[in-house]
Amino acid sequence: MSTPELLTITSSDVGAPYEWSIGIYGSKFFQEIRERQRFVGIRCPQCGKVRVPPRRLCGVCFREMDELVYLPPTGTITAFSIVNYPFIDPATGIERPVPYTYGYIQLDGADNIFSHIINETDENKIKVGMRVRAVFKDVNEMEGNIQDIRYFEIERD
Amino acid sequence: MARRVAIIGTGQTHHRSRRLDVNGREMIHEAVTRALADCELTMRDIDAIVIGNMDHFEAINAVDTWSVEGSGGVMKPIMKVTTGGTTGTSVAIAAYYHVASGMFDRVLAIGWEKNSESDTTGAIVTCSDPIWDRYSYSGAIPSLATEASAYMEKFGATQRDAARVALRERTHAQNNPYAHMHGRPLTLDEILDSPMLAYPIKLGDICPRTDGAAAVVFAAEGVAEKLAPRPAWVKANSVRHTNTWFGDVDQRTGLESLERASREAYAAAGIKNPAEDFDVAELYLPYSYAGLKWIEALGFCPPGGGPQFIWDGHTDMGGKISVNPSGGVMSTNCIGATALLRVAEAAIQVMGKGEARQVPDVKTALATGFGGCWWSDVFILGKDKPA
Repeated sequence: MSTPELLTITSSDVGAPYEWSIGIYGSKFFQEIRERQRFVGIRCPQCGKVRVPPRRLCGVCFREMDELVYLPPTGTITAFSIVNYPFIDPATGIERPVPYTYGYIQLDGADNIFSHIINETDENKIKVGMRVRAVFKDVNEMEGNIQDIRYFEIERD
Repeated sequence: MARRVAIIGTGQTHHRSRRLDVNGREMIHEAVTRALADCELTMRDIDAIVIGNMDHFEAINAVDTWSVEGSGGVMKPIMKVTTGGTTGTSVAIAAYYHVASGMFDRVLAIGWEKNSESDTTGAIVTCSDPIWDRYSYSGAIPSLATEASAYMEKFGATQRDAARVALRERTHAQNNPYAHMHGRPLTLDEILDSPMLAYPIKLGDICPRTDGAAAVVFAAEGVAEKLAPRPAWVKANSVRHTNTWFGDVDQRTGLESLERASREAYAAAGIKNPAEDFDVAELYLPYSYAGLKWIEALGFCPPGGGPQFIWDGHTDMGGKISVNPSGGVMSTNCIGATALLRVAEAAIQVMGKGEARQVPDVKTALATGFGGCWWSDVFILGKDKPA
């Protein structure tokens, strides 16, 4: 047999919506952003560490947590990357706008790291260790999700 | 008490960007038949199968059953294992458990991926938490890049240091006819001049997307010696997972899961000075900066010593500890097969079957797996039967 033209088939562009439960403490996190434009973390009764976003379980200690800790909208960059390649966002089905900066931020008063977007895409103007502040959506535009934080901006002297 | 277990045969495809000439099952079959031929067995001799890939990449969600005509699994016990980047080492460790338990004498481990069929970055994004991480997460590359940014800040490592790692991987791949990047050498300058994908990771710093499969045959003590002139004995293996919130892994410290997993495996295998005691290492290094930082986690050199260790040539062919004679993950990345290829290549080195990529007289070999939220597997093979 001579080699035929090698064919492929393509799936149709089907949507498969999911609905995820945020839970009590996560819901509180978004409520606190809407009402007071601040963050809330949670302290583990065993290791004493404050984790944000707040969740019910400390995975390291395997303990339930219930002590909420209120945190200011400021922190320090611990790591970052400037995303420069286009890809289809599976959450929206549309191409994620690039470049954008994916940032790891230690919020003041937290022991772990919070990931979000930093609005600086020039590699010469961003460094690990810089101070950042959260910029929130207008309250009447908030939807109770992670995009209620628009981004973090670098605090320049 | 666990039985002693050895690897007696390996097989792999000639890895490519896009294998339009085969479907997934047929591609798996190529690796399986090569592994069986390597140890002169037939499918009848196989007692059980462990198979793994990231099934949501190809959106074929019952891969264990779907793949039987290629895996040879009709009317045999099959177990599917899917653990992200570590899938291949999880498959190897599960196959080891099958044999070590005493329940099976000859077990076939298979890893595969047909990346050309998937939107790999889109699929990886769906591995992140939908409430907290998915909005800003953009797949493996920027996630790894954050680690690089923290490492560079802490130790003053440079993009040029990372490029030296990429150069080693690409150079070694020229000795491996199966490698995706075989026949495509790069220079240091070409790596440094390649397009920036996600600062500080450039195209030359990151693994490709590959279509490929790997298969490895594990056998019990008493069986292995009869089937292989020089089996590769499993000396130790270890798994460590981190807390899976992205933000709970602090990039300013070493790769803790690899530190913990390697120390446990070293203790079991009697490894005191890894850079001296191992003759070769097949490390899951998905990007160049891992070749600086993660060899520190493995104890080849002190924290911050990675760049000097690399520039001194200690990890090149003929160096103190040759790393990735196959060309590594940065030269071939068929995701579900990738970590199994590390184990297979380490076994090939112990069995003396490496041809152009063979390190002379290998007695002890290290393989690692890495995945998802910074977790690590370690697998140690040796020429001598463990005590």
